[in-house]
Formats: sequence, C-alpha cells, structure tokens
Amino acid sequence: MSLLSVRGLKVAYGGIEAVRGIDLDVEAGELVALIGANGAGKTTTLKALAGMLRPAAGTVRYADSDITGVASHRLIRQGVALVPEGRGVFARLTVQENLQMGAYIRDDRPAIAQDLDKVFGLFPRLHERRAQVAGTLSGGEQQMLAIGRAMMSRPKLLLLDEPSMGLAPLMVQKIFEVVHSIAAQGVTILLVEQNALLALEAASRGYVMESGAITLSDSAPALLASPQVRQAYLGE
Amino acid sequence: MSESSWFRTKPGIFTGIAIIAAVLLILPFMLASVGTAWVRITNLAILFALLSLGLNIVVGFAGLLDLGYIAFYGVGAYTYALLASPHFNLHLPFWVILPIGALLACIFGVMLGAPTLKLRGDYLAIVTLGFGEIVRIFLNNLSQPFNITNGPQGVSRIDPFTVGSFSFSKPETLAGLVFSGPIKYYYLLLLVLLVVIVVNVRLQDSRIGRAWVAIREDEIAAQAMGINTRNVKLLAFAMGASFGGIAGGMFSAIQGFISPESFVLVESIMVLAMVVLGGMGNIWGVILGAILLSFVPEILRYTVEPFQKAVFGKMLVEPEVIRMLLFGLALVLMMLYRPAGLWPSRTRRRELASRDK
Repeated sequence: MSLLSVRGLKVAYGGIEAVRGIDLDVEAGELVALIGANGAGKTTTLKALAGMLRPAAGTVRYADSDITGVASHRLIRQGVALVPEGRGVFARLTVQENLQMGAYIRDDRPAIAQDLDKVFGLFPRLHERRAQVAGTLSGGEQQMLAIGRAMMSRPKLLLLDEPSMGLAPLMVQKIFEVVHSIAAQGVTILLVEQNALLALEAASRGYVMESGAITLSDSAPALLASPQVRQAYLGE
Repeated sequence: MSESSWFRTKPGIFTGIAIIAAVLLILPFMLASVGTAWVRITNLAILFALLSLGLNIVVGFAGLLDLGYIAFYGVGAYTYALLASPHFNLHLPFWVILPIGALLACIFGVMLGAPTLKLRGDYLAIVTLGFGEIVRIFLNNLSQPFNITNGPQGVSRIDPFTVGSFSFSKPETLAGLVFSGPIKYYYLLLLVLLVVIVVNVRLQDSRIGRAWVAIREDEIAAQAMGINTRNVKLLAFAMGASFGGIAGGMFSAIQGFISPESFVLVESIMVLAMVVLGGMGNIWGVILGAILLSFVPEILRYTVEPFQKAVFGKMLVEPEVIRMLLFGLALVLMMLYRPAGLWPSRTRRRELASRDK
C-alpha cells in the first residue's frame, strides 16, 4: 500500500481543467519527481494534494485514509507539508520566527527546540542568519528557509514545489543536497520540477506531465535514458 | 514574539507603573479643576483608545484594512440606547445590555467578515467602507414603517449606568472629594481599558496572535503552516467588532443621546488614523495615537483663539479651520518622517529598516 495514491484526479479553475484525471503513487520513503514544462499542471496537482485546491473529481488516499478535498490546515496535522512555489517566507519575520511558525500545529516545546537545532544543522546558513529578517535573505536562503520551515511540522510527506526556481546553479546544487539528506532521514518527498535533469537524478521514480495529463512514468534512470524525455526536457 | 516582554525584563518598571497608576488616579481631579469639559474629553479619549485597540486587532494584527469599523461602535451604541431609554420604554441594566451589544456587534463583524474572506487591501477597504455606510444609513432610516431607531433625530434620555441606587451620572462626595458623573465614568472607563489592554496583550502572545501575524505576512504560507485562515480571519473581525460594541454601549450611556451622525465615515477614518499614527500592531502605540488625536484637536480648540487675539488683536482664522489644517499637516509629516507610527511594533520597524537597505 502506497503512502500516497492518487486516482483520476481532476482539478479545474472555473470551467478550465488544469489537471485532467491523473494517477500517481508515492511509496513510503520514496523520492518521486513530477516533471514537465511550464503550465503542465504540476503546481496545480501539488496544491490539490496539499488541500489548497479542491479537486473536481478523483480520489486522493494518504496513509490508508481518503483525504480528497481535506483542507490544508487538517492535512498538515496528518504529516503532509507543502513548500509553496516561490517560497512564501514571512518576509518581515526573522529566520527563527519563520521556523517557529512552521511548528504552529505543535505544542511540544522541547521537541520544537530540538527540531530547530536540527534544521539549523541542515542549513548552517540559516543559523548564521537566524536573527535576520527573512525578506532580506537571498533567493536561495529563502528557499532553504521555506524547506526548513516545512520540516518544523515534522512531515511524513513533503511536497516540494520548484525548489530550484530562479536560483543560481551553485545554490540549486546545495538545495538538492539538502533534499537528499531529508529523504535519507526517511521523509517521503514528492518533488515538482522544471529542471528535469536535476529532479530525475535525485529521484528514484518520475512522472512526466503534459497539458494536465501524465504521459510517462518510470524509474528515474529509465526516464533519463528515454529518448522522449531527452528530447523534450533535456534539450537533446 | 511579544511586545510586552520588556514588561518582565526591565527592573524598576514597577516604580514606573506605580507612578503612572497614581497619576491616572488623581488625573480627573486635576482636570476637573481646569474644567469638567476636560474630564469629558478624557473620557472620550479613553473610548477612542478602546475603539483603536479593537480596530488594531483587525488592521494591526491580522492586516485586514477595515474602513467601516465605526459601524460596530454604532451597533453597540444603538443596542444600549434602545434597551435603556424611554424610546421603547425599556430600562434594562447595563450589565445585561453591554454583553448583548458586544454579541450583536460580533455577529455584525462575522457578517462583514464572511463575504470578504477572499478580499485584501484596497478591495477589502472598499467593501468595509460600504458596510459602514450601510449600517449608518439603516440607523438613519429605520424609523419607518416601524420606528426602531428614531431616524436622524436619534435617541435621547438614555439611562446612565446604575448599580442599585448608585448612579454613574449623579455627583457624590466622598472624603471631601466631589466625584462628579464624568469622574465616575472616568474610573469605570479606565478599568475597562485596563481589561481590554490585558486581553489584547494576551491575544498578541497567543497562538491566535501568531496566526494573525502569519496571515498578515502571507496568507498562502499561513495556510501551509496549518492555520485555518478562514476561521482565524473571522475571529479577528468578530473580536475587533465586539470591542467596538462595548465601547459603543458605554458611549451611549455617557452621552445620554446618540444619533446616526456620531457614526459617519470620518469617525472610522479617525480611529484608523489613531491606529496608524500611533503604530499599527503595537498596543501601546495605538493607545498613544488615540490619546494624541483626541486631545491635540481639543487643546488647539482652546488655544488657537486666545493666541490669535494676543498676537493679531483679532480673530483671523476660525479655530475649526486651523484645527483641521494643523491636523492634516501633522498627519502628512508623520507619514513622511515616521511612516511606521510614533511607537511602531517590531515587525513594522523592521519593514522600514529593510526598505532602507
């Protein structure tokens, strides 16, 4: 039984279907990549899974229960955390306050303090800047903060939306190193990326999305080797 | 997280509090020796401080721009006036009516909040502005076909607060001191203000307070943190409105007469100006703003005329004109030189610091 299993998911904005009935599975402990071009419906899918958008049809099952249409503030209590596209840090709060906000649903203070240290261990840069206002961080640091903040809720399933967006290559590499080490801690990750090469190198399996539908799904090495993917997403 | 942490950390603060308390206790007698009008002005200033604290929850904490806040004040005031005046010949005691007024205002708050959940900034401001006007127009016109509000004439001969045979409107002498009606109300208002301050400080430090901050900063991210943004926003409207309702009930009893004219748009703007000028989001700043904007115009009213007569030998400009002129100038200067307010909250200060970079 997979940790997350999606069947026939449809999401529509007004009358327009952005996601047209997709199936998707993520096993516990897996790092799965969802790749595709701009406007393919990746972010919409992720938002629906995180409870930010209500699906028009289909079912979403998570940890053996039906979570279709369950709101995000409930899902996060069950261990589903979203790192939104474009980071969305609390710009006027300090790094530390941002991270504490990530633990909003928890009240076990000693454990929160421990997790704060853990996140600072994961991102030493954030520790250096913990008293700094988040809005003054660089894009990469903000992405670190957004991921660290999501980790503060102790997620079982982390939904990562375009962590590489708008970042310098060196920073992208750093972010992916951290994504790796989070996965190594046993957190299941569904990663949405436009940067197909990076995403597939990090993931064990991948899905390719095009105009709201999943067109390919395979193990990551197989996708990397597939001529279709190489031509469309790796520029060969 | 808290604005009040200096409360616990600075030594010698208790001496400071004791001095402030002593000053506040003897203040009405000092003011009464100048003129009872000043006690009344002080009472109005405290009422405005109550209103500002209520609006601060909505605007300062949750970041929802509300331009119709005075409507809740009106709801509270009319609830009291209608249930404790010869108008319907009802004379319920104030401790029954004030909670009813707060509850009604709270319901109105939710009525405003529910349809505007998805609006922010300018759009929310326009809807709330309209809401405030709708309430005022209703108050103005609900004299037909059934006379509920008595229309533009307003409601008069409203009961003062009474407890048994103790009335807040009659003067009494105790230990050689004359406690006039306004002085009695002053102490009552001070007590209510204290309670509201405590509630606000507690709210600010609470989980709800943190949720409001998160929503103010980024609503999507707040949702991702596990905050039920819908409920938390409605709560901000409801709580802010309740405080407005209580202040309105007290206003009704103190004035003894109310009409829709007390609840016009300018009053909403005035309360908002107090919040912004004092320091949005900071409880102490907001109170400072309310006191300044209540007193300075009154002080000008009493000084502009003698000043002109002394300097020019005659009145050149009407006091009212000068008052508004200086008031406008003060606001413009404030926005230029202290845009975060006189006593800003920490996050507002930071915002400006990060803009300077």
